[in-house]
Amino acid sequence: MIQNKIIQDFPALLMQENGKRLVYLDNAATTQHPRQVLDATISYYEKDNANPHRGVYELGARATKAHENARKSVAEFLHTEPEEIIFTQNTTESLNLVAYSYGLEFIKEGDEIALSVAEHHSNLVPWQRVAKAKGAVLKFLYPDESGHLTDEEIEKKIGSKTRLVAIAEVSNVLGLRAPVEKIVSQARKAGAVVVLDCAQSVPHMPVDVKKLDVDFAAFSSHKLYGPMGVGVLYGKKELLEKMPPFLSGGDMIQSVHEQSVTYGEIPRKFEAGTRNVGGEVGLEAAIQYINSIGYDEIMAHERDLMEYAIGKLKEIPYVTIYGEASAQYRHGVISFNINDVHPHDTASILDAEGVAVRAGHHCAQPLMDYLKITACCRASFAIYNTREDVDMLISGIRNVRRYMGLGN
Amino acid sequence: MEIKDLYNQIIVENSRAQWNRHPVEDKTISLEGVNPSCGDDIVLELRVKDGIIEDAGFVGDGCAISQASASIMVDLVKGKSVEEAKKLMKLFFRMIKGEITDEEQIKELEDAAALQGVSHMPARVKCAVLAWHTLEEALEEN
Repeated sequence: MIQNKIIQDFPALLMQENGKRLVYLDNAATTQHPRQVLDATISYYEKDNANPHRGVYELGARATKAHENARKSVAEFLHTEPEEIIFTQNTTESLNLVAYSYGLEFIKEGDEIALSVAEHHSNLVPWQRVAKAKGAVLKFLYPDESGHLTDEEIEKKIGSKTRLVAIAEVSNVLGLRAPVEKIVSQARKAGAVVVLDCAQSVPHMPVDVKKLDVDFAAFSSHKLYGPMGVGVLYGKKELLEKMPPFLSGGDMIQSVHEQSVTYGEIPRKFEAGTRNVGGEVGLEAAIQYINSIGYDEIMAHERDLMEYAIGKLKEIPYVTIYGEASAQYRHGVISFNINDVHPHDTASILDAEGVAVRAGHHCAQPLMDYLKITACCRASFAIYNTREDVDMLISGIRNVRRYMGLGN
Repeated sequence: MEIKDLYNQIIVENSRAQWNRHPVEDKTISLEGVNPSCGDDIVLELRVKDGIIEDAGFVGDGCAISQASASIMVDLVKGKSVEEAKKLMKLFFRMIKGEITDEEQIKELEDAAALQGVSHMPARVKCAVLAWHTLEEALEEN
């Protein structure tokens, strides 16, 4: 099995936690890193480190090349051009960049911003702030009972007043893919731009921003086997060119005078200050790592894990799964609760068995309210997880109620 | 530490106990305590007269640790003087931080001693101390 080989690439997965093999099922929060990514970042700092775009010396040129090569790799990964790729710190900063530079400039009083109630706070709070600042209205799309956004709901909420649609391609709680094609087509009719949060989709499926025809797309390196501290924003050239900068300062300018400034060309206009080049190089290595396995293999493997896990969970009568419990629609994430047990207690008991899952509101409190729960457990999967990991999760879950004095 | 030591009988029983889950009549203080990262949420109510905590109760929801801790705390401080409650509160915080292990001292905390295992679980400390921090704030305001 290919996973046996893959696991050997990930030093963190070879660790023992409390004397047990670590079963890491919190990949939607952050993934572990293959040796290839760590080596690439170390090699950058050992051999190529200088401040890009500044030094005229050879080392500076190598740093610039590393920075721009990483951008090229990300552009290819998303099927677009390097000038449309901006490096940020993370998805949150990417989305804030759009909110501040596009939203505050082009959203007007009375305009509507449409978003799903399942959005991560990072794709919700910035829009609340834009709406408040500009007197715009937030319109929420609500999923049906199975967790899906219906055509009817999309047509109802995205209309002539909608100027912007903010949506996660895959929900970090429900793990379901949004009908992006339908949303984009409805947004086009309305004349609205579409901001796609791809943080939870890129680890599990190829994303082609041109084919999807979204206006902006964002993801984080650290959920894609790359280092923390690097995020990506894709933006259509014609939009990026007319947007004012987000952060300002060094490296994003053409020329500065006492009372005036000319900004640099895109994408540099949006990259003020020294970038995390070591991290960008790591992200590039992560993309190469993914490509070396291939999305076909990744998707087939994760689909198998999903089917296996959902099948096992459905056999346990006191487990509630949130969103349609079908591997066909699930991408990497299963959120669940054990009846009468708070998710934090479930997670602590699973932790004692060596299984790391997340418990809480997953930065999606409006969705928790909508589901009428305060919190839930989330098991999330990556390319290195195996059916044995699922077995450990299931055997842990089967012990929870006993520990909590609720019998079996 | 074994997980069964954390979820011991005292914690498990108190997490579902109902006897302290009620509003307090003629309350003099009502204060909410929230752990924003996990959603543990309690409202603590006290009736303090002449420096004595005459009655105490709470409502709320959250994990077993937070709820058991709240119920045990109410049992412990009800009927005690504010000064005595503050002393016990400090003792509890020190136990959770792992600063005291002397059994004689910990005994003063009665059933709250059952939460000692939390001192080995940094991720759950905030659950265990929620009610106690709420009490601390409530008594400061008093």
